[in-house]
Amino acid sequence: MAETKAVEFWRWPETSWVNPDIDWQKGQLITAGVDVGSVSSQTVVMVDGKLYAYSNTRTGSDSPDSAWKCTNMALEKSDLTVDNFDYCIGTGYGRVNVPMAQQTITEIACHARGANFMYGPEIKTVLDMGGQDCKAIHCDDRGKVLKFMMNDKCAAGTGRGMEVFADLIQIPVWEIGPRSFQIEKEPPDISSTCVIFAKTEVIGLLEEGVPENEIMAAYCAAMAHRITELLNRLGVEEKFAITGGIAKNIGVVKRLEEEIKTKSAEANWYDPDMRDKGLPFDTQIAGGIGAALFAKAMLERGKAKSARKA
Amino acid sequence: MIVAGIDVGGKNVHTVIVSDGNIIAKAEGPTGIKKAEAAEQFYNEALKQAGLKREDVERVVATGSGGKRATFADGYIADAAADARGVIRLVPSARTIIDVGGEEGRAIKISAEGKVLDFAVNEKCAAGTGTFVDTMARALEVPVEEMAKMSLQSTRSIPMNAQCAVFGESEVVSLIHQKITKHDIARAVHDAIAGRIGSVARIVGLENDLVMIGGVAKNVGFMDSLKRELGMNVVTPDDPDYVGALGAAIAASAGVLEEEVKAKVVEKETIEEGK
Repeated sequence: MAETKAVEFWRWPETSWVNPDIDWQKGQLITAGVDVGSVSSQTVVMVDGKLYAYSNTRTGSDSPDSAWKCTNMALEKSDLTVDNFDYCIGTGYGRVNVPMAQQTITEIACHARGANFMYGPEIKTVLDMGGQDCKAIHCDDRGKVLKFMMNDKCAAGTGRGMEVFADLIQIPVWEIGPRSFQIEKEPPDISSTCVIFAKTEVIGLLEEGVPENEIMAAYCAAMAHRITELLNRLGVEEKFAITGGIAKNIGVVKRLEEEIKTKSAEANWYDPDMRDKGLPFDTQIAGGIGAALFAKAMLERGKAKSARKA
Repeated sequence: MIVAGIDVGGKNVHTVIVSDGNIIAKAEGPTGIKKAEAAEQFYNEALKQAGLKREDVERVVATGSGGKRATFADGYIADAAADARGVIRLVPSARTIIDVGGEEGRAIKISAEGKVLDFAVNEKCAAGTGTFVDTMARALEVPVEEMAKMSLQSTRSIPMNAQCAVFGESEVVSLIHQKITKHDIARAVHDAIAGRIGSVARIVGLENDLVMIGGVAKNVGFMDSLKRELGMNVVTPDDPDYVGALGAAIAASAGVLEEEVKAKVVEKETIEEGK
């Protein structure tokens, strides 16, 4: 498809990473989680439950292709191949179409488990702000889901909502958070919680000459407000952690924390070794991590047989 | 007596000049950001068309979400009241009105005398409004009128899962990739919005005769979907998007300069519980 714009403001950069300190050949159980969401896809590979490699990519129009794309990208800087996987679990909206997975598990379960690994056992409430949905999850200290609430019908409070806004205001989506705090005075209220109606309001504000950063602040506040509704319905039990793409938008996160009067867990690994080594902490890989950990647990408990081919 | 009605909608302004009960001139155009100016502009246009000056008009009544910005008007009545007055004049047998404009979807139950008995409105979510249709037409890369006709040529119904216009756009793109024909997608779009309008309408109860007005009434694809959704016949008067303005003009001729209506605002329940 030909690109009509030089810069696409909603197109956040795709990334991948391989752990330089792990030699997978010396590992016992190599498990993978492939999370194919409606907007982004991630593959996470773990060696004996330790983070070995991951990728974060944009989901295309075809789920199996997207699963291959993110998996190949996660492995491209390593000599590990899919044939070396002992077990792979697919999750996310496109989980029924993950060709390299031996089975699937719901993304709710995977995100809770992944958040538990990333943020630690004190986490009782996980907010996953995804591409096209927003989930609030209560879990126990092992990351098991106790209760959840979800909004997947309305774009307000989702990544797509933020992408639509970035496109409208012509600012790269990853700059919106920081810039929303570079304001001199409090922004005007955006009364619509509907992304589409908010779009019209924003156009009006732009025409009136309201500074861009203020408009970004107003939109982040509107989104935070929408998410607060979901969280208050479920109830926030501390500690509280955020996963998913919008966790990277401090404009939304800080305003959300103010509204619910609770701070979210620091975006860094619970594991002190991982923290000390400064391993990258990508909130979008929580689902993939959970899936890879479930794969390991199933092998260890004899509930699954190794599918390794090489 | 010459009176005027000004309907300042979320998307468009419609103005009518009425002389002894008959529309003698009308004008329409985009509301845009500067609502007061748009209202003035299209009122002036209608006056010009009728060959009249402002002084020739006895009374002006405004309506619509931006109606209060028409400061030159002598009065303002609620949309539902304007719709009721306009529809009962054109279709005396009307008992249920469905009005879908650019940014709102309404259902009104009226009495034989044209009084509003019940009123439900969706004004918070673009998915039950003309904006949804416009957004999907953009995703299909065809003009709205063409999408409407294409929908009539569809031979099967594909369910559309998205309830949100933003997600709907992605869903349309994905349906195109799945090689679903644009005709079938067009029908799915109209079926989807007809379903939502249907639920708003059922809140006030569907009593014959059903009359549909507002800009979306001109969409043949939507009207086909709506009749199938409701399982009832739906009457559409000529110039359905002018009926609100006509109703405001009728209020003007009756000397009614103020009329509010209590609304049941439909909240989109989007939060699901799970275990």
